[in-house]
Amino acid sequence: MTREKIFELLNEVFCDVFDDETITVTEATTFSDIENWDSFSHITLIVAVEEAFDIEFSMIDVLDIKNIGEMVDIIEKEAR
Amino acid sequence: MHVLLNPPFDGKKILASRKRIRRELLNSEVVYLDKKVAILGGSTTHDIRDILELFLLDYGIRPLFYECEYGQYWQDVMFDAPALIEFKPDVVFIHTSNRNITQYPIPGDSAETVDTMLQAEYKKFSAMWDKLALDYGCTIIQNNFEYPFWRLMGNADASLVCGRVNFLTRLNLKFAEYAQTHRGFYINDINWLSADYGLEAWSDPLYWHMYKYALAMPAIPRLAQSVANIIKSIYGKNKKAFALDLDNTLWGGIVGDDGVENLQIGQETSMGQVYSEFQEYIKSHKQLGVILNVISKNDIKNALSGLEHPDSSLTPDDFIMIKANWEPKSENLQEIAHELSLLPESFVFVDDNPAEREIIKQSFPNVPTPEMITPEHYITTIDRAGYFEVTTLTKDDIARGDMYKNNAARNKLQATFANYGQYLQSLEMHAEIKPFTPMYMSRIAQLTNKTNQFNLTTMRCTQEEIERFSAAPNYITLYGKLQDKFGDNGVVSVVLGEIQGAVIHIRLWLMSCRVFKRDMEFAMIDEFVRLTLERGLTEIRGYYYPTAKNNMVRDFYEKLGFILEREDETGNRVYKLDLSGGYDSKNAYIEVSR
Repeated sequence: MTREKIFELLNEVFCDVFDDETITVTEATTFSDIENWDSFSHITLIVAVEEAFDIEFSMIDVLDIKNIGEMVDIIEKEAR
Repeated sequence: MHVLLNPPFDGKKILASRKRIRRELLNSEVVYLDKKVAILGGSTTHDIRDILELFLLDYGIRPLFYECEYGQYWQDVMFDAPALIEFKPDVVFIHTSNRNITQYPIPGDSAETVDTMLQAEYKKFSAMWDKLALDYGCTIIQNNFEYPFWRLMGNADASLVCGRVNFLTRLNLKFAEYAQTHRGFYINDINWLSADYGLEAWSDPLYWHMYKYALAMPAIPRLAQSVANIIKSIYGKNKKAFALDLDNTLWGGIVGDDGVENLQIGQETSMGQVYSEFQEYIKSHKQLGVILNVISKNDIKNALSGLEHPDSSLTPDDFIMIKANWEPKSENLQEIAHELSLLPESFVFVDDNPAEREIIKQSFPNVPTPEMITPEHYITTIDRAGYFEVTTLTKDDIARGDMYKNNAARNKLQATFANYGQYLQSLEMHAEIKPFTPMYMSRIAQLTNKTNQFNLTTMRCTQEEIERFSAAPNYITLYGKLQDKFGDNGVVSVVLGEIQGAVIHIRLWLMSCRVFKRDMEFAMIDEFVRLTLERGLTEIRGYYYPTAKNNMVRDFYEKLGFILEREDETGNRVYKLDLSGGYDSKNAYIEVSR
């Protein structure tokens, strides 16, 4: 899957989780940039991304992800 | 039914789309039952609350939630958390897990040591339940324990008293015993749920260490559905009946084309065994009081010949209504519902044909149409939905099938009489109308929660509340039990009057649809008036609060001679009956013992 394609799908996941069609995520987007983001929606987001890409994040992954770019790095590595 | 909440559902999808699902549910035109639910957790409960809300909304229950601080389930109850007291929960759900066990046995502990430990652990919980019941009189839902995800001693963990598996099994049995002896207390069986889900996936330690969830997030919808099922059952929102297709649903093959002798049913072939097991499963529901009916596109002759197959566990006698014709199934369902005085949405529609399911979905969006795809999974598909979750099992439930059958016989009889009075006379009816008595408290509470049509105020009560009214000196309580020559209908009517000064207010009046048009309401008012006069009162006030389903009793009080006092813009009505000028008995056909 191309990085572009991953972003496209990831954007859909964000829109779904926050029930907000106006969200656009980029490489540099951090979670706190998103309106209504909190630690609980973060967990939901992690589970939703796992579902969408059929992958599983390890604890280390979850602890380390700082922005969307890093999340996409992991997805790129795990998804096929 | 929201499509994403329909089992077998995708847990992760529900978690991710919860906001949209919630929005869509709240957009539908439902008259919600409002209930206050306290979630007392031994671990994180945030997402459990979110998802539980979805399932409850889907069942027509709108919850208001209270959540304790992280892990404070026991402290909140034992030390009287003011916020919980103020919240006044209708339902308390105690979400604990094996992570909350204070002390486990270690290998080598003696039987006495383990017994003491077990007792201590049990007492910690039972003291909390006792206090909840005493302080709040609310419904209690308590998780039992899932097995540990690792076994220090391997298989011996199950067989030795010092094993954790053995310890939790014994504790679970003690929890079950408490449930058997305490009304209003229910076990949420996460021991079974986690096994069904897969213990390893359920207990994924990542979710505990990252977020302090005692179960994996994707398993939360299964947990929430299970809790919601208990709650909707308590509040009378279980399904009541099956509408079953025949060909390729109850047997393999098409009876009209293949002939009875070629149907797949019975022990001869593996597919025949699958259908036999499914028939047994369906038939077992009669023990729960679930009504079985057939809707099949068949000639009636062929349909019956299939059910008379010597290997068919289900026989024509097991069904209350058999509709075998070529009319649209939606029309047949409407007719069956009408004839049994049930609402269409009280049925579960079971059909292997997706086109038929679609017609029902279009006509009755609230009728569940489980996706019957592979015969070997029919049982699982129906079972996982929890349509008939049992929270009380009364004698009436068990006898309900007979009752409906007797009703069908009564309807036949009715056709042979010149006038309705003659018919009522012929039924040789006998009623028992008495104040609430301990024997019927659970049935009375059940009726207040299930009865929608003949229900003047739609006041829902728990058994605890019913018991309180019964004991209070300023209430007149009456239940009515009706028998006739075809059988006993059981407790079918409830009236509750509250005395305030010189006036008695009828807070609750309901009657089961089983006995509509039998003059039972006249027998009830006669007795109610008699008791009112006995107390020296001469003024009764009756109330009608409209709902989506109780239009049939809109003018009920007028028929009894009450005078309409006022009606507000939402249709709520207040009636008055003045007894100072005397009262003429209204019941002419029912012999009453009181």
